[in-house]
Amino acid sequence: MNLWKRLICLSRRKSPWLFHMNSGSCNGCDIELIAALTPRYDAEQLGVKLEASPRHADIICITGPVTRTAVNAIKTVYGQVYGPKAVVAIGSCAASTNAYIDSRVLDGPLDSHIPVDVFVPGCPPRPDSILQGVAKAAEMLSQPAESAPLEGKAQ
Amino acid sequence: MNLTTALLRLLIFPGLLFAVPAAWFFLWAERKVVAVMQQRIGPPFMQPFFDFMKLIGKDVPSRTGLGGFLVRIWPILSVAAAAGAVGLLPVIPHSGGFAGDLILLLSLLELPSMFIIAAGFSSRSLWGEIGSSREAVMSVSYNVVFLMAVIGIAASQHTFELQALAYSHGSPLRWLGVLAIVVCLPAKLHINPFSITNAEQEIYAGPMTEYAGPDLALWELAHGLEWVASTGLVAALLIPPVTSVWLAAILFVALSFAVVILLSVLAAATARLAIDSSVRFYWQCAVIFAVIGVSSALLMRLKL
Repeated sequence: MNLWKRLICLSRRKSPWLFHMNSGSCNGCDIELIAALTPRYDAEQLGVKLEASPRHADIICITGPVTRTAVNAIKTVYGQVYGPKAVVAIGSCAASTNAYIDSRVLDGPLDSHIPVDVFVPGCPPRPDSILQGVAKAAEMLSQPAESAPLEGKAQ
Repeated sequence: MNLTTALLRLLIFPGLLFAVPAAWFFLWAERKVVAVMQQRIGPPFMQPFFDFMKLIGKDVPSRTGLGGFLVRIWPILSVAAAAGAVGLLPVIPHSGGFAGDLILLLSLLELPSMFIIAAGFSSRSLWGEIGSSREAVMSVSYNVVFLMAVIGIAASQHTFELQALAYSHGSPLRWLGVLAIVVCLPAKLHINPFSITNAEQEIYAGPMTEYAGPDLALWELAHGLEWVASTGLVAALLIPPVTSVWLAAILFVALSFAVVILLSVLAAATARLAIDSSVRFYWQCAVIFAVIGVSSALLMRLKL
């Protein structure tokens, strides 16, 4: 691997830009994700920036148990993010649909629609663990393409 | 200005070799100042460089046809215009210039804003179009003040040549003009309280919504170069006449950095204004300074 590629891989670890998406969450995980960006937890130390446009993002943070109406939106947004990209499923809902299992309005969990790289369990997870999950996803992005990690690797 | 000095100024100092690291440094300083004001630690020193390299390494969206070509060309032209503006700044004493280079500098400073408008419309995103129309409105509002301020400074010195302007003994009018220019910079650089064009989250990313990968990296670079060029213009007008090249360069960097800190503190301390409030601010409040500057400069000429 030459110096240029190594520099780009390092940069991917140093500058993960997030796109936040709610797939029918109760808003608990969304609050915790925003808390991770506030001065108390200061995610910007890791180079994290919350981007407004999915085109700019590297890591998609998805919360919620995936309602039927959210499925197409998730697939669209996943397609709008240019690679290399990673998906972080935040909260127990995104991992297993949690308390809403067997609900007729759901079409979850998340990994039945798009590949998920990191699961951050919790109801809601603490901002620390969300940051750990994002850092882990950024670490995965920095791996060169030959040895890409397997999809669905649990935290 | 002969070819050698022109190339030296464009490529080495204050051109690309200096301006690109300075652009990254200023972008970092802006984010760091905001972080410090919010009692955070903030981004690491190399952050804008890593952002740039990461965006360069991202997948390239496939764009075809004339529309795709236009979308690709705007950030490149933007970087070129901003780099040209930096290269024109009269930093080093007696490094040459030509009559009317102030007008060229002003047009090069204005071009990135035009390209942002064009980019938003040619990306065909709804949010891009909203952002572009906002940028057009902002451009019309702050440019009245900006151009009047520059004309006032130039008229008070009887010259449109940057070198003569920067190294003449300034009159009190120059301070008024510089103040009016500084008031326009937040709108020119799209930072709070005039971050109306890109309006993060409100209209997604404004004209940049559809940009990704290397194109977005070039936009970030162009934005950084705009920082260097516009704060450098203020620094060049404030610099006291010195003969030593090194002292001039150090003063230039220090004054530009001071303007960056000032603007970042302002950005961190304020919230985004609505577009009608911003236009009203420029057309009703800030324009007074500019009108006083221009009219007193012209009156002084009559007396002379």
